[in-house]
Amino acid sequence: MRKLLAAAFGALSLLLASPAMSQTPPNVAIVGQIAEPKSLDPAAVTAVNDFRILVNVYDGLTRYRDGTLEVEPALAESWEISEDGKTYTFKLRSGVTFHDGSEFNAEAVKFNFDRMLKEDHPFHDTGPFPLAFFFSSVAEVNVIDDLTVEFKLNAPYAPFLSNLAYPTGLIVSPAAVEEYGKDFGRHPSGTGAFKFEEWEANAKVVVSRNEDYWDGAAPLEAIVYRPITDANTRIAEMLAGGLDIMVEVPPDSLQQFRDNAEYKVLEQAGPHVWFLILNLKEGPFSDKLVRQAANYAIDKKALTENVLQGTADIAAGPTPPAFAWAYDESLDPYPYDPEKAKELLKEAGYSGEPLTFYVTEGGSGMLDPVAMGTAIQADLQKVGMKVNIETYEWNTFLDKVNPGLEGKADMAEMAWMTNDPDTLPYLALRSEAFPDKGGFNSGYYSNPKVDELLNAAREATDQSERAKLYKEMQQIVHDDAPWVFVANWKQNAVTRAGVENFKLQPSFFLMLQKVTKPQ
Amino acid sequence: MGLYIAKRLLAAIPVLFGLTIIVFVIMSMIPGDPATAILGSYATPENVEKLNRDLGLDKSMVEQYFIWIGNLLHGDLGRSYSLNKPVLDEVLSRFNATLILAGTALVICSILGLIAGVVSAVRQFGLADKVITFVVLIGISAPSFWLGLILILLFAVKIKLFPVSGMYASYGGGGPLDLLHHLFLPAMTLAVVATGVIARLTRTAMLEVLRQDYIRTARAKGLSESRVIYKHAFKAALVSVIPVIGIQAGFVLGGAVYIETVFQWPGIGSMLVTAISTRDLLLVQGGVLVVAAAYVLFNLAADVVQTIIDPRLR
Repeated sequence: MRKLLAAAFGALSLLLASPAMSQTPPNVAIVGQIAEPKSLDPAAVTAVNDFRILVNVYDGLTRYRDGTLEVEPALAESWEISEDGKTYTFKLRSGVTFHDGSEFNAEAVKFNFDRMLKEDHPFHDTGPFPLAFFFSSVAEVNVIDDLTVEFKLNAPYAPFLSNLAYPTGLIVSPAAVEEYGKDFGRHPSGTGAFKFEEWEANAKVVVSRNEDYWDGAAPLEAIVYRPITDANTRIAEMLAGGLDIMVEVPPDSLQQFRDNAEYKVLEQAGPHVWFLILNLKEGPFSDKLVRQAANYAIDKKALTENVLQGTADIAAGPTPPAFAWAYDESLDPYPYDPEKAKELLKEAGYSGEPLTFYVTEGGSGMLDPVAMGTAIQADLQKVGMKVNIETYEWNTFLDKVNPGLEGKADMAEMAWMTNDPDTLPYLALRSEAFPDKGGFNSGYYSNPKVDELLNAAREATDQSERAKLYKEMQQIVHDDAPWVFVANWKQNAVTRAGVENFKLQPSFFLMLQKVTKPQ
Repeated sequence: MGLYIAKRLLAAIPVLFGLTIIVFVIMSMIPGDPATAILGSYATPENVEKLNRDLGLDKSMVEQYFIWIGNLLHGDLGRSYSLNKPVLDEVLSRFNATLILAGTALVICSILGLIAGVVSAVRQFGLADKVITFVVLIGISAPSFWLGLILILLFAVKIKLFPVSGMYASYGGGGPLDLLHHLFLPAMTLAVVATGVIARLTRTAMLEVLRQDYIRTARAKGLSESRVIYKHAFKAALVSVIPVIGIQAGFVLGGAVYIETVFQWPGIGSMLVTAISTRDLLLVQGGVLVVAAAYVLFNLAADVVQTIIDPRLR
């Protein structure tokens, strides 16, 4: 027994003597992710978490210009749009190769979109492609010559260029899809600044520098993406030196990194809106005055500063300011004014009917939904509105909210993150977007003028023309108040002080092409 | 003995089948479906319907179950839609990680638990007994996920002795030493509660045995005290402790669900948590099946060891 104990102690001291906590090596960035990626096939994934890897491995025909949500050329050098807005002709960059050595050309572009959109394509079964509807306007893709490709749309669709910059539009290697078939998502090959090395299930995804990158080789030798689902563990790993970059830091922990010179904290508002859907079909919110009252009654400053601890800005309308070109600067958020709210309620003849409020426990972009829901309930209570909260787990919540609130609830929490100012209002504020017509207008808002503006903005190909239409739409929606506009989330990240040139983008994509980490 | 093992294994088959049905029924009762989970806020009824069709989920639950059973008999556990890879590959690699963690924890808790139990029985009401009882009670009462975080904070963040999470170093790692280094904290955390249970039971069993006549006889014959305790008393007490260790094996497997999440251990427990939240029915089914089979085997092994030690049971 004594010998056994001695052996155990010997082994233990050996362990303790082994080189303690290896710091992460120079020129390699270790990124703390919130979950394991589903797949590394850009056409097959939907989560921002997966996009963070993909945007460094693949390129699209277009991309967002650094620090903006405006498109610029990427794999396409230039493009022309026909008069009627239905034909887009792209001139492709020459001399670009995929990581597997095969050539990037017009055929490759056609292969990518046909694979996603045509059910009879031989590799359509490498899907499913849940976000293929981003390109549902594409009627056909034609190869004009080796470096020219033409997209024919079935109707003018202005967000098309922006959707090409979205991860669903990233270009994969046809040769690799042909080789790996359904397993392509685990053997990815693109044209991006980093090429895939290995994927160890639930442990890490490693990518290494593509020396031949068309836009100049990246300074980092490699990036290791580690999924760490538990937020506390992620923070501990950052504090212990096991990570260089960490995203989605809980507000509670941000301060401890701010106070520490070994770390840098970054924040960036993105194309995100957190709002309350109000039920316009029945109950008190069918009256515009009551809806405006709710907007006045809720203290958004307290929500963003106290509940969310400064990780969000106050939202003024349905379009987030991150879409700088389409955002109406003149729009002011509804101020916090409980007295005005009481007046409006009185004028509307609201007699204190109880309201049902759907709150979710969590979910993509929902921030801190239970605490926010409770604070909103208290604010409404103060002006005399009795609110009953019903809380649901995210998937259940979506199952209840997406088919429409009629007969079930008066209000529901919701948040959207999009890549074009068209997406959210088009899918959630038009009369043609009621749930029974396949849209997300779960509160049944209907204003013919808004419908007209949104349809026109989708057809206009000139950006300044589109901007004008969106700004007018924002004014009307702000006044009609079909939603309570609450917050625009600021994405955050913490890096070690040695990480340089790291920026968060308004697109929320984690671009690491220019990042350095000398030590 | 061979016949006994074969009988026990055969008896396990209906249990496992019943389990697969229960998992299928429960998963179909949880609201929400995989298409909604995948599409998130883009889950229009139209998109959900198309994706469900693409995923082969537009068939009835009964039909899906029979397809699954049919494939199972061919050794195919289906394809995970949240991971886009065969369930069997994922389950096996994950189970391997869990086995390393749970196995180590089981060895630790058996050794520590037996030592602590014997010492506190021999020194009944002495200082050692009191200290051990106190520590053991704290260990049994501490929630393991909390304990895990506290250990991380102490031994990985404050004193940088062990890594925070993972199974190997994220860059340039690998090899058995790296594994041991990463294994230490999660295995200790996982072992704590089970150690307490085993220690308490060993103490009771030892005390009972030490009061038996044959022990007095052994002492009267002039045998050394250590020989009396280890040769005579301990072996007899072990017979009643072994099945408890078998049960603890199941407990350790179950506890791995929390511990793996806290320590980001790439095992089957953390896999199940993710699979349930993404409504990945086939992955849940495959994972539960493997864990249940392991549980049955562990208990069988405990029974077999018990029979070997105790001739009366043959």
